[in-house]
Amino acid sequence: MAYSDYEAVIGLEIHAQLFTKSKIFSTASTEFGEGDNSQVTPVCAGMPGTLPVLNKGAVELAIKTGLALHCEINKKSVFSRKQYFYPDLPKGYQISQYDLPICSGGYVEFYLNGKLRKVNLERAHMEEDAGKSTHHGDYTLVNLNRAGVPLLEIVSGPEMRSPEEAAEYSRAVRQILRYIGVCDGNLEEGSMRCDCNVSVRKKGVEKLGTKVELKNINSFKFIEKAIEYEIQRQIDTIEGGEIIVQETRLYDSTKNKTFSMRSKEEAQDYRYFPDPDLLPITLDTAWIESIKKGLPELPLAKSQRFQTDYGLAELDANVLTQEKEMSDYYEEVAKKSGNPKIAANWMMAELMRELKDNKVDVENSPVTASALAELVQLIDKGTISGKMAKQVFAEMWTTKDKPSNLIQKLGLEQITDESAIAKIVDDVIAQNADQVAQYRSGKDKVFGFFVGQVMKISKGQANPDSVNKLLKEKLK
Amino acid sequence: MLNKETVLKVAKLARLNISEQEAEEYQTQLAKVLENFQKLTEVKTDGIEPLVTPSPIDFYMRADEVSQTVTAEEIIKCAPDAKGSLYKVPPVV
Amino acid sequence: MDLGKASLRDISTAVKGKAISAKEVTNFFQQRIEKLNKKFNAFVTLNESAQKEAEAVDLKIQKGQDPGFLAGVPVGVKDLFCTKGLRTTAASKILANFVPPYTATCVQRLQDQGAIVLGKTNMDEFAMGSSNETSNFGTCHNPWNTDYVAGGSSGGSAAAVAAGLVPATLGSDTGGSIRQPAAFCGLAGVKPTYGRISRYGMIAFASSLDQAGPMARTVDDCAFLLDAMCGHDAKDSTTSARPWEKLAAQKNLKSYKFKVGLPKEYFEHNIEESVKKAFWDTIENLKKQGVEFVDIQLPHTPYAVPVYYMVATSEASSNLSRYDGIRYGFRAEPPAKDWASLDELYSVTRAQGFGDEVKRRIILGTFALSTGYYDAYYSKASKVRRLIQNDFIEAFKNCDLIMGPVTTSPAFKTSTRINDPIQMYLNDIFTTSINLAGLPAMTVPVGLNSQGLPVGVQIMAPHFAEAAMLSLAQGIEDVSDMKGKVPHGV
Repeated sequence: MAYSDYEAVIGLEIHAQLFTKSKIFSTASTEFGEGDNSQVTPVCAGMPGTLPVLNKGAVELAIKTGLALHCEINKKSVFSRKQYFYPDLPKGYQISQYDLPICSGGYVEFYLNGKLRKVNLERAHMEEDAGKSTHHGDYTLVNLNRAGVPLLEIVSGPEMRSPEEAAEYSRAVRQILRYIGVCDGNLEEGSMRCDCNVSVRKKGVEKLGTKVELKNINSFKFIEKAIEYEIQRQIDTIEGGEIIVQETRLYDSTKNKTFSMRSKEEAQDYRYFPDPDLLPITLDTAWIESIKKGLPELPLAKSQRFQTDYGLAELDANVLTQEKEMSDYYEEVAKKSGNPKIAANWMMAELMRELKDNKVDVENSPVTASALAELVQLIDKGTISGKMAKQVFAEMWTTKDKPSNLIQKLGLEQITDESAIAKIVDDVIAQNADQVAQYRSGKDKVFGFFVGQVMKISKGQANPDSVNKLLKEKLK
Repeated sequence: MLNKETVLKVAKLARLNISEQEAEEYQTQLAKVLENFQKLTEVKTDGIEPLVTPSPIDFYMRADEVSQTVTAEEIIKCAPDAKGSLYKVPPVV
Repeated sequence: MDLGKASLRDISTAVKGKAISAKEVTNFFQQRIEKLNKKFNAFVTLNESAQKEAEAVDLKIQKGQDPGFLAGVPVGVKDLFCTKGLRTTAASKILANFVPPYTATCVQRLQDQGAIVLGKTNMDEFAMGSSNETSNFGTCHNPWNTDYVAGGSSGGSAAAVAAGLVPATLGSDTGGSIRQPAAFCGLAGVKPTYGRISRYGMIAFASSLDQAGPMARTVDDCAFLLDAMCGHDAKDSTTSARPWEKLAAQKNLKSYKFKVGLPKEYFEHNIEESVKKAFWDTIENLKKQGVEFVDIQLPHTPYAVPVYYMVATSEASSNLSRYDGIRYGFRAEPPAKDWASLDELYSVTRAQGFGDEVKRRIILGTFALSTGYYDAYYSKASKVRRLIQNDFIEAFKNCDLIMGPVTTSPAFKTSTRINDPIQMYLNDIFTTSINLAGLPAMTVPVGLNSQGLPVGVQIMAPHFAEAAMLSLAQGIEDVSDMKGKVPHGV
């Protein structure tokens, strides 16, 4: 086995569902979980004489995605028919884009082991999804509810070299899709699907090896594992003196193996040709520009801005920009509280833990951004200690009440009145003559004892700074 | 060119079960059609944009709105074989 | 009023004015169909609800509501147009049992104006043919002489009107399928600009060529149907948004104030004497009326038929992939107990479900689109197609309209050409370039030849210039010998 002599070449085809209300070419709903074949119009079923009519919403989302991926949006693109027979493909062809896609070029940037990586894209094109077949041994059942759901296929160049990089790339794409709100990027439910093209070659060789397409991968972890397995398999095959067959293989996650899907003699001839039922998509600059204006700040740029504007560490900024909603929440807390650092710490430590433990999305957090901002302010001003704040936060989570109300209710307000603290300090000094003597004879360590006593009597509510200051004065 | 083997191959691609004899028949007839087509080679088409939609029609998109005018029952009623509201076909795998 | 010869204008006026009920009109034509259809095989499916639909029109009139400008007008619809609840087969075994849950937009628009669909008319299977002999329902016969074909592919629609079974019909024209049978049966037939009439619900043969259109005895009748059908449809994004100016509303559509081009290439063909004579007689007549004629050139005419067959079969091979025995239509019985594979189901179903001509075209089209041949065939054809269109654009710089023959001969005898595809294809020589260029064109009947077979002439117009085309057509009709002539025994 000469694994280290080889280099893997990986390219990804990511199919992202564009979240429209109706299908790409028909008025049927895209909602899932409805009755069998109930989201099917005669157009979806490919009935005789029916025609596709393009959904403007789908085009808008495709443009939006293309812009977020830094693609060039083509003023003219063409739908073609990709022809093959399959029971879940109602017309005997899939309407897709072939030689003139809506988006060309583009790139995705992401961090891999602390280093910024840039993967170039070849294209992104629109197409319709097929229906769903379920296999029952001696028969197969077909549901066309999915048939015609709009997809954008994002095709990367063969630019990735490791399974980890491929997984990170797809996570970055998913993050962008979610940020701009075109797709929820759910691999398990199939709203995002990743096909991986994998080949290997000896290091230093320029010519690409024969590529194998991996399908049926439904998690980021499996992208990594499937590619890892496939690289090893290909190297083993070559080292064993055999050649790689260009084919499609399915990944079986339970066995962690890839299996050949169809044999080579059934090579497809898709007979692409421009669909005469649909005119070329022609886009005007004004529309593209207006979509561009509505595009939110993208995760990487936002993370960089958080680092400069709020002085956050790179890692913290990345965590806070993982999801758009989280980053929006953070920004509100940071701005309203006036202390972005405490805000960041509190979100990453307390808020995110509670959200995760209770499986709540940040949009639905019982602690709102303004409530958290108020808490951060109270900490910042020294009204409550960090320890108390944790108690208050727990109350905020369960009661949804404002921190100021809760502090009063719990009697947790810090004692900042120096005359009140001075009285306690005087009492403590008076009642502990021995320790006073020790301290005055030079045993500095005893100071902590006095602080502890004062805090104990004040039930922790005395402002620590005042306590320190007064003790030092009075023990002199 | 279009020989009998090609006809059989193309018929397979088009999912048409044809006999050897039919293939021969089609081959003879279609060869004549293709021969007739050969005279197009004399037409210069360099730089000519292919024509698909033959009249000036403005690009049209529909608004993203849902409208369901038929029921699953009406759709599935047309099918030669079904189970519940699903199409039933011989095993694919 | 002699209903059998009445115009759409007269029928709808009488119905609206309660001189006759829609139901009575329907009854009259239904009885004619019952009596005569066997002889011609024009109708293949009858609409059992026609009476009820006519009653609904009558009720509207009684209530003082607007029944539409086609109130009570009976129509026949080519079996290519989907009609909700009424069997629609494209004259193919593969759709023999298909009852659509939707109606084609153009049929719906006729119904919205009060027209009553009496039934579905015969045609070549999937509109592939020029003689109505590839129909799963059998040949349709020409009412002028039943030994002759009615033409195709809209043969049933032509025969039905010629035989007086119905005053007007709906046909479709992919390479001449309205104009040729109209000529063979002595009718007016219009193929509008590509994109004028919605294709939604019209079973596709070749999507970039197909266009629906009316067939009737007179130009005015055709105008009525066009007025109802033309215009943008949100279900077909290849329809034009251009407004359609209502033509039938104009009392006098007739005009001779045109400069008409005569393409020299059309007369280099072997055209039968009677067709030639009828054509030049018409030109002479029109000259007398003040029509100006100029010679024009359409140099790519010789390539139209091969280009047409390549484009049409390529698109058809794709359009007909959906007939696979899964979601609707015919599914073959498995040869053994069970299907050996899904592919076997597909292949056997399609082999049994499609007729010879359809299979021939699917094979040709599949071949033309397959890897290694695309550039030489489909792509080459699409480029020459543009040159053919450019010819017309150039020609129309020097003339308003173009005239030519419709076919090289009048109707031919049944079974004489069906086994010779090339001979049959060449029949389309004067009609296909119009579809390739997306232009409007129509047939106007001009007379009968010595054998008593009708002859027509063709008018071709620039994109969206149907109004001018119908105006000249009205002018030709007014000076033609055809007026009032009907076949013997009908």
